[in-house]
Amino acid sequence: MKLMWFHLMPYTELPEDFARKHPSVWVDIHSSLFDPRRAHHMYNDFMDELEYAAELGYDAVCVNEHHSNGYGLMPSPNLIASSLARRTTDTALCVMGNSLALYNPPTRVAEEFAMIDCISGGRLIAGFPVGSPMDTCYAYGQNPSLLRERYLEAHDLVKRAWTEKDTFAFNGRYNQQRYVNIWPRPIQNDPHPPIWIPGGGSVETWRWCAEMDYVYCYLSYYGYKAGLTTMQGFWNEMEKLGKDRNPYRAGFLQFVGVAETRQQALDLYTEPAEYFYGRCLHVDARFATPPGYTTEATQRAGIQSMVSKAANTASYSSKLSMKATNMKDIVDGGYVIVGSPDEVVEQIRHVATSLNVGHLMLLLQYGNMSKDTTKYNTRLFAEKVMPKVKDLFGEWEDKWWPKPMDKGQRAAVPAFRPQTVAAE
Amino acid sequence: MPEPVTTTIDVNGHPCRVWTKGTGPRLGFLAGLGGLPRWLPFLDRLAESRTVIAPSLPGYPGATGHTELDTHLDWVLAVRQIFDAAGLAGADLVGASVGGAFAAEMAAIFPGYVRRLALIAPFGLFDDQEPAADPWAQRKDVLPGLMCADPANWDELVAAPEGANSAEWPIEMTRASEAAARAFWPLGNTRLEKRLGLISAPTLILWGDRDAILPPSYAGKFAQGINKGINGAARVETVENAGHLAYLDQPDAVARAVLGHFA
Repeated sequence: MKLMWFHLMPYTELPEDFARKHPSVWVDIHSSLFDPRRAHHMYNDFMDELEYAAELGYDAVCVNEHHSNGYGLMPSPNLIASSLARRTTDTALCVMGNSLALYNPPTRVAEEFAMIDCISGGRLIAGFPVGSPMDTCYAYGQNPSLLRERYLEAHDLVKRAWTEKDTFAFNGRYNQQRYVNIWPRPIQNDPHPPIWIPGGGSVETWRWCAEMDYVYCYLSYYGYKAGLTTMQGFWNEMEKLGKDRNPYRAGFLQFVGVAETRQQALDLYTEPAEYFYGRCLHVDARFATPPGYTTEATQRAGIQSMVSKAANTASYSSKLSMKATNMKDIVDGGYVIVGSPDEVVEQIRHVATSLNVGHLMLLLQYGNMSKDTTKYNTRLFAEKVMPKVKDLFGEWEDKWWPKPMDKGQRAAVPAFRPQTVAAE
Repeated sequence: MPEPVTTTIDVNGHPCRVWTKGTGPRLGFLAGLGGLPRWLPFLDRLAESRTVIAPSLPGYPGATGHTELDTHLDWVLAVRQIFDAAGLAGADLVGASVGGAFAAEMAAIFPGYVRRLALIAPFGLFDDQEPAADPWAQRKDVLPGLMCADPANWDELVAAPEGANSAEWPIEMTRASEAAARAFWPLGNTRLEKRLGLISAPTLILWGDRDAILPPSYAGKFAQGINKGINGAARVETVENAGHLAYLDQPDAVARAVLGHFA
């Protein structure tokens, strides 16, 4: 299986009383809470952590896009990915992703992703989320009634921009461009970089991923127990559509905290986990359901599943209502897997097999976790957990992984040597 | 009192419900946020002396087809099709809230279609100095108090009637909100200001003194915009103890003012 190291880049110094004194971590979080000089250190720590994960042999490093968000400091994940392209060599770069409807024209995404693919020698995974209501409809002012159609059209445009050889005119409902001809073009051109779709639990998204042969990723903050219903729904739909159960069709996000013993893990990770679930996920419910964001088909499915008492975590409003913020509930709920290396191995194997997920995206930094603790978590996982779970799904081929240039053909990236000024 | 007569017209291949009731000269009504999930006491007052014709705009209760409309021109032309099919051309016209913005567009762009005009807290403008509230980013417990001076009036409007499909009703209510968002997201500003000066129909602008969505001071901006036109004739009246959907809070007072203006 693939073990991927994901960073959300949370602001790590939200005040203790944040959830009591402020309405939301997202959309209208107050600027007085942001100290750019502290953010300088946060960004550099986070980028060190991503590079460290690459050095330790994680299959990919992952970044994502959020706007006006106190737990996600990457309005442009492409900036981070381009830096990582220069500071890593063999690790896949998973940009999870660019919210297509937010770019005007959307060919901007085709261009920037092609740049990252060229700079990195073909290591890009291209993630195309619709984007959350908070990011798209509120922070970016997109019309919720038009968002999905714009997204789908932008997807068509980006894909054509990557694959058509000649300059073409795009005559879309929302986008018209007379001359589409992007330079540069992606290295991965057979036919294009792997496309992964992070989404909620909507049947329409599953069907679309199956039809397009894309990876479906369920990026929940609520762990494998809450994710089980969704992933079972996904695999049931794949079966209906006649698709195989190749676990590499799917990605899943899981928080992990590993230490020498379970008690040590609890001692180390309680504060950052409670910081994340208590402060980072403190989102004002008024930003959860812009009308039209959720399709009527999904609304109907949601109402039916509520009627049938099935757990449904597809919508942001139901996610918001289910959150626990103390460590006992966080661990009991499976939001964060904690334990000794062997205990974590057992749980990871359980997550991967019960959800049938070949791409496991690990959050090993969360909340206000320090760089030292993050590196400890990252190293211990790499040394003592990774070797005991890598064998999973060896019988399946991962057809959705980047195909970079041969190593011998790739540019050598010189080591970074800062000029030091000798002290007098 | 008898129920309104229901007919269905076709707009861009989608059905739109038209409710008709009363006798006398024709009077059109374009409803505000939430549309017309049910017939209203306000419309009964008007129907005592007028033939009230209340079409549903695309996506509002009784109609679909909002997903066909991408631009403001698409919306205005859909409204014109509705006027033609519902026999509203040349009638007196009342428009409230989101429906008020379209009523103003009709009077500005197709002056022959509107005899006299009454606008109740119409959408269409946005003032940076006095920003309108965001009707699409509100918690469920807060929204009724923003829509009406008495929150119970909003709750009553959107409550599922007896016998309604309990799964479909909330989806229809969300669709009405989506239809409004589709036309007016994110600020409610359709640049209507540029066209107000084209309105020549005598215009009454009514505004609830407790409108928590659009500040009552917007009434003056509408009147000013209309009166700067060559044939502009607009005046403002305030409705006491009324919120954004003043026709729900004060049906008698609003009906009296409208009928007086159309007399």
